[in-house]
This record gives sequence, structure tokens and C-alpha cells, in this order.
Amino acid sequence: MFFYLAQQTINAIQLGSIYALIALGYSMVYGVLVMINFAHGDLFMLGAFACLLLAVLLPVHLPFVVILLLVMVVIGLLGALIERVAYRPLRDAPRVSAIITALGCGLVIENTTLSLSPYPQFMPKLFDSTTLTYASLTITTLQILIIGVALGLMVGLDFLIRKTGFGMAMRAISFDSRTVPLMGIPVNRMISLTFFVGAGLGGAAGMLYGLAYPQISATMGVLIGWKAFIAAVIGGIGSIRGAVLGGFILGGVEVMSVAYLPSTYRDLISYSLLLAILIFKPYGLLGQPPNQKV
Amino acid sequence: MSRFLDSVARCRWALPALIAAGFAFALACETFPILNDYSKIVLITVGINIILCVSLNLVNGYMGEFSVGHAGFMALGAYASALMTTKWLPACLFELPLAVVFGGTVAAVIGFLLALLSFKTRGDYLAIITLAFLMIVKSAIENISYVGGPRGMTPPVLTNLPWTFFWVVLTLWIIRNLVYSKFGRAITAIREDEIAANAMGVRTREAKILAFVISSFFGGVAGALYAQVNFFIDPKSFDIVKSTEILVMVYLGGIASLGGSIIGAVIFTILLQVLQPLGTWRMVILPLILVLLMLFRPRGIMGMRELPWFLPVRELFKGPKR
Amino acid sequence: MSALLEINNVTKRFGGLCAISKCDIRVEAGRTHGIIGPNGAGKTTLFNLITGIYKPTEGDIRFCGESIAGLRPGRIACKGIGRTFQSIRLLKSQTVLENVRIAFDSQLHYSPVEAMLRLPRLGRDENISIDASLELLRPFGLADQVHDLAGDLPYGSQRKLEIARALALKPDLLLLDEPAAGMNTGETADLTEFLRWVKEHFQVTLVLIEHHMHLVMNLCDRITVLDFGQTIAEGTPEEIRSTPRVIEAYLGGTEEE
Repeated sequence: MFFYLAQQTINAIQLGSIYALIALGYSMVYGVLVMINFAHGDLFMLGAFACLLLAVLLPVHLPFVVILLLVMVVIGLLGALIERVAYRPLRDAPRVSAIITALGCGLVIENTTLSLSPYPQFMPKLFDSTTLTYASLTITTLQILIIGVALGLMVGLDFLIRKTGFGMAMRAISFDSRTVPLMGIPVNRMISLTFFVGAGLGGAAGMLYGLAYPQISATMGVLIGWKAFIAAVIGGIGSIRGAVLGGFILGGVEVMSVAYLPSTYRDLISYSLLLAILIFKPYGLLGQPPNQKV
Repeated sequence: MSRFLDSVARCRWALPALIAAGFAFALACETFPILNDYSKIVLITVGINIILCVSLNLVNGYMGEFSVGHAGFMALGAYASALMTTKWLPACLFELPLAVVFGGTVAAVIGFLLALLSFKTRGDYLAIITLAFLMIVKSAIENISYVGGPRGMTPPVLTNLPWTFFWVVLTLWIIRNLVYSKFGRAITAIREDEIAANAMGVRTREAKILAFVISSFFGGVAGALYAQVNFFIDPKSFDIVKSTEILVMVYLGGIASLGGSIIGAVIFTILLQVLQPLGTWRMVILPLILVLLMLFRPRGIMGMRELPWFLPVRELFKGPKR
Repeated sequence: MSALLEINNVTKRFGGLCAISKCDIRVEAGRTHGIIGPNGAGKTTLFNLITGIYKPTEGDIRFCGESIAGLRPGRIACKGIGRTFQSIRLLKSQTVLENVRIAFDSQLHYSPVEAMLRLPRLGRDENISIDASLELLRPFGLADQVHDLAGDLPYGSQRKLEIARALALKPDLLLLDEPAAGMNTGETADLTEFLRWVKEHFQVTLVLIEHHMHLVMNLCDRITVLDFGQTIAEGTPEEIRSTPRVIEAYLGGTEEE
């Protein structure tokens, strides 16, 4: 009984850390631009496919770390590109236009991938994973790696935000984007960098997800991306810590509800939880209401 | 040429004449084989999409919110009406209109609840609540075996062209009346500046309730019509993809514009059919068109402008320059 | 006889910040009352408290003898308090006429059903609304621009439109938040005359927040001075002009070491 719970906890941490990585991308972008980047989930999906392509198409067998870095950089660049081409021109337009554009970009990415790969693909194993057993608990080295990489990236991001100039600029922009340029901060470059990092994390999450649950499909982004978005909202969208918190909460809720209840209830519980949290804390657990001066 | 168009626009009996002609044509199609079945289904789909578009525009366009849950109201209307036509009152007189009204009412009740939630939050957070609502409706349906769960239901085919036409006209008429009344002004004021609206004595809570209830009612109506035309519905038909399609139509055609919603629905539906040979590439091209449209015309084709036929008489002369 | 507006010992705290502290003001009907003070003194917060945007932490606000503290802004507006805003809050994408009609709508009484089915009462009420709004706009000099978008008007006209809109409520009390902001001396003089006319013509009691001393001194019967959320003086313009504390608040005191 206890061991079942402990086993599920490991699964929950794995799923939760992946959700957290994706949620971070949403929160970072919302923090600087107050915009929900609806294309983010599809970038996550591309991360998985990028890893697949790199692993399968290249004649040389690359080590895990190299593939991870390549995936992060490529998806990061794509994220920054989308911002430059589709979002930046709409900075002064009604906010809704930017959101619709994001939706459109996401659809384009998703359906292009779907057209090129109508059926789900299998992610190959990048290395041989061994299973460790302790008492009745099993954990694979793959799981340890996934959780480790995810946590490592989160720690790295935290460092980036709290200890570097970029992080400070990002936080400044999220407070007041109009006076920041007056202080000599190149706002556009910072925003591009934010998208780069956020998308990179999403891409990494995609790769990790594909390794954890080896069947990947083009519609993954819609399914998982929206879930991670909900995680970001639960934690308070715009809050970095909130994204991580929300990711783990959602991962935990999903895994536990599948473990102990009929699996069809999983989504119902997750979304009802979201609604319940929003009714009592409309801005998420760690979120702040926007201040409005009258 | 534009003077001719202008005088056509100002001709007050043009619209009623068009409606009568359209209705006659729809009836004729039922009796004589003028159109084949495929064309009829396309036209019915256009009609359903117009209803979806116009009803969502009330909340997203006129009131300036961002509801992504409209497919949820469609689902409620579809399933409620399907229950009526398959299990509760199969084969009775006036089956379709009864089922449609029932579907709309069920959706409206839930819409009312959503309106209450909207008092506390606005903007992005309300958008997220509507998303949660959509997902909950879909998951709930999947878990209720009485309505077939994930395997869906098979309602009888009852929707035809004349009925669709009737509901389209009714939807447009009612929403247009609402928009050009004090309630419509209140709804628009909420979009522009809710605090100023309150300071001017506008009853914003009443307006929000009205907008959500009417919007969800007609979303349910569209769902009911949809259920009785496809002879199959399942929860997957009403997920985020469907909501996204409706959003695309609304923003394509233009926010806060009835004429825009008609245009958006027609263009989207026809394009989707025309581009059928392209398969999934359709949904690459259409969003791309949308993105380009947003970059050059952020408010949509007819954003915040209106066909003169819809304007009340006194507002027609010296119309504003938008 | 109770005053038209009474602010009784009102305190407003936002978390740890005390924006208004034990404020007492009485405004008699038919008067013009000025509220002055340095920036950040809490003047607009006071207006927001009166109009229901904020609820007082302590104290009471009474209008026509009735307590209005804590009521929602829409209800307070319908009771007869109109206001303008420091940064103009017009509905910029709507026309001049539509902006005024919105304020008039609380006096129309048709139901949603009558609206949606276009029953006769809708048409009658709508015509009344349009006629009354046009009538209101005429003395403001905006009759030729009724179909222009409010956002396209020049600044001075926008301020006038805001005042017209507030008057459509047929208020007994009109709160004006810095009506002369951004105006030069000549424009301010015109505005002073204009406000005098508004008061006569519409029979309203005026309360204004202002920084232009000429306007305040010429127009107001009584003045309350706020600083750091507290009333530091109240009286006629002559009295206020010569109160040392007021001068000190605006210009700083002399340093006596």
C-alpha cells in the first residue's frame, strides 16, 4: 500500500517536473509581455520531434547532453523567431490580436507537423536505462535522469533570474515595460531572450516527455501544452515560483487520480481543481492581481 | 458603383426582402432537388457557424472578454437536445424546435453561472475559467454513460435548411436588437472602461449576465442544430479545437460586428470545404491567413464596423467614421 | 438641516498605507466646494470613496442624509452623484452621442425582453434618450460633433464631454477631478465661467479637486485642504489663503535651526 503510493509519487514527480518546465515558459512570457503564448505547447511538441530527428537521422550517435542542448537551442531560436515575426508587430495592437496570432502560430506548427507525420512516432532510446530496486520500489535511471535534468534546469533558471543582469532586466520589464528602456535596457533584446529561454525549456520538456512516454504525436502540444498552461495558472501566471508549484501540483493530481480512480476521471478532476482554485484565489496560488489606479 | 451600394444599403426593405427570398429558397430546396445533399449540409454548417460566431461575438467582441469555452455551450446544447430527441421525447410534434430551445436553455443556465463567476475576475483570468469550464463539460460528458460516454450518441437527423435559416435569422435579429439597446451600450461600455461605466450608473452586473446568458443560449442552439444534422455526436467534437475554430471565425470576420460574424463564418466554412483536397494542410493555411490578417488588420475584416442594414434607422444617417 | 454631502470621520487604509485619515467635510446644497492639496494628498482617493470605488475603512459618508458608504458605484451614481476623472475616461471608440446616452440609460426602464423583441417601449425610450442627449450637448457646443468618435475630439472638448456625460445623470452633486488640468490661463478663465454657468443652469452642487488656484479661489465658496490624507484647513477662500499651514504644505516651511 505504502509502496504503491511511493511508486506513484515518483511518477508524479517526473510528470510534475515536466509540466513545471513547460509552465515556466508560459509564466516567463506572461511576466514580460502580459501575453499568453498559445504557441508554447506546440514548441514543446517540436522539442520531442526535434530530439527524434536528431537521434534517428544523424549518422553519428550523439550523447544525451549534446542532443538536449541542441534541442533547447533550436526550439529556443524558433520561439524567439516567432516573437520577432508575429508578436512584436502587435505590441501596440489590441491585446486580443496578439493572442489570436499566437493561437494561429500554434495551429500552423501543429498542423504542419501533423501533415508531415500523421501517425504517432516512437522515440528511440537514447541510452540503455537500468532499473534500480529498493525494497519494492523500482526506479529507472531514465526517470532519475529526467527528474534530475528538469530540476537542474529549474535551478539554473532561478539562478539566471535572481543573480544575473538578464534576470533583473526581465523582472524590471514585468513591472513596468515603458520606463525600462529609459534606463538603457534593450527591451526588445531582453524580450527575445526571454522567449528564447522559455521556448528552450519547453523544448527540453518535450524531449524529456518523449523519453518518459515514448509515443509522441503532433497533437501532443495541444493536450499537454494546455495542461501545463493550467499548471502555470494554478500557480499564478507570471510567477516563476508559481509555475513550478503549479506544475508539481498538477502532475501530482493527475498521477494520483489515475492511480486511485478510474482513469477517465483524470481530466475532470484536474480541471475541477483548477476551477476551484480560481474561484477562491482568482489570480492563482502565488499570483498578484493587476494594480489599477483610478 | 459605391453610390449604388450606398443606396442599396440605405434601402430599408432590402433586408426583409432578402430574408424572405432566402427562406423561400430554403423551402424550395426541401421540396425540389435543387441542391444535392452535400451542398445542403455545407449550407447548414454555414448557418450553424453563423449562429456560433454571432453568439460568441457578443461576449468576445462587444463585451471585450476572451471566452474560449464556447464549444462547451455547444456541447451542452447538443447533448441536451439529443437526449430529448433520442430518449425523452422521440418523434413528437415540433420535435426540432422543442429540442433546440431545450438545448439552448440548458446552455443558458450554465452560462448564467459563468456570468456570476465573471463578476470577480476579468481578462485573462476569466479566459482561463472559460477554458476550465470547457474541459470540465467535455470530461463530464465522457464519464456519463447515460449519454454514451466517449462513444457518443446518435440523434436522429432532423435539422434541415429551412429550420437552420429560421434560427440564423432569429439569432441575428435578437442579438442585433440587444446590441442597439441600452443593454448593448452597457456591454460595450464594459469593454471600453468598466469603471467609467459604473460611474455613469450603468448596471454592469446585469449586462454581464445578459451577455453570457444570451451568448450561451444561442451557442446551445447551434449545438442542438449540429447534433440533429450529423447523426453522430461525441465529446471529441466539442473540445478546444472546436472552440479555437469558432474563435478564428469571430476574429477573422471582425469583433463587435454582426456583419463581420456572418462574413467570418461564411469564409471559414467555405474555405474549409474548398481546401478539402489539401487534407491537414488546410489547417496550416487557414491559421496562416489569420495570422497575416491580425498583423495587418488586428480587429478583423469588419472589426467594430457594421452593415448598414443592421443599424436602427436613427443611427443610419451621418454614421460615425470608424 | 443636514448637508447634501457629509464625510464623517472617514479613514481609508490600503494595507499599511493610510491614504485618508479622519476626514470631516460638509458640503451644503447649492455651494461650490473646493478640495486642494499637494499631489498624493488623497484627493482623488476621497472622490473614489464618495463614488463607491473604495469602501471606507472607518467612518461614514452620507448623501442627502442617507449613508452611501460601501454601496456599489452604479447605485451611488443613480442616487444623484456624477463625476469626472483625473485622466479622462471617455469611451474612446464610441461616438460623442453614445457616450452621453450611456449616462442617460439609467433613466430608461425597458426590460431585456422588450429590447430583444423590439417592443414599442424600446423605440419610445430610445427616441427620448437620443433627443435628451442631443439637447444636453447643445449648450456644450458639441452638437455638430455628435457622431465623431470621442477619442478624436480635441482635449478641451473631451473634458467638456466628460462633464456633459456626468450631467446626463441629472445629479444633485457633481464631482470634478481636476477639470482644468492641462489648460492655460485663458482656457482656465473660460472654464471658470463655464462651471459657474453649469451650476446655475443644471442646479448642481459642485465639488472640485483642482491645482489652479485662480479657479479655486474665484469659484469656490468653501475650500478644504488635504495633506497626507488629513484635513489641515477648511474655510472660505480668504481664510485659506492666509493660513500658514496651507502655505507651508504647498511651498514648504522656513527652516529654523
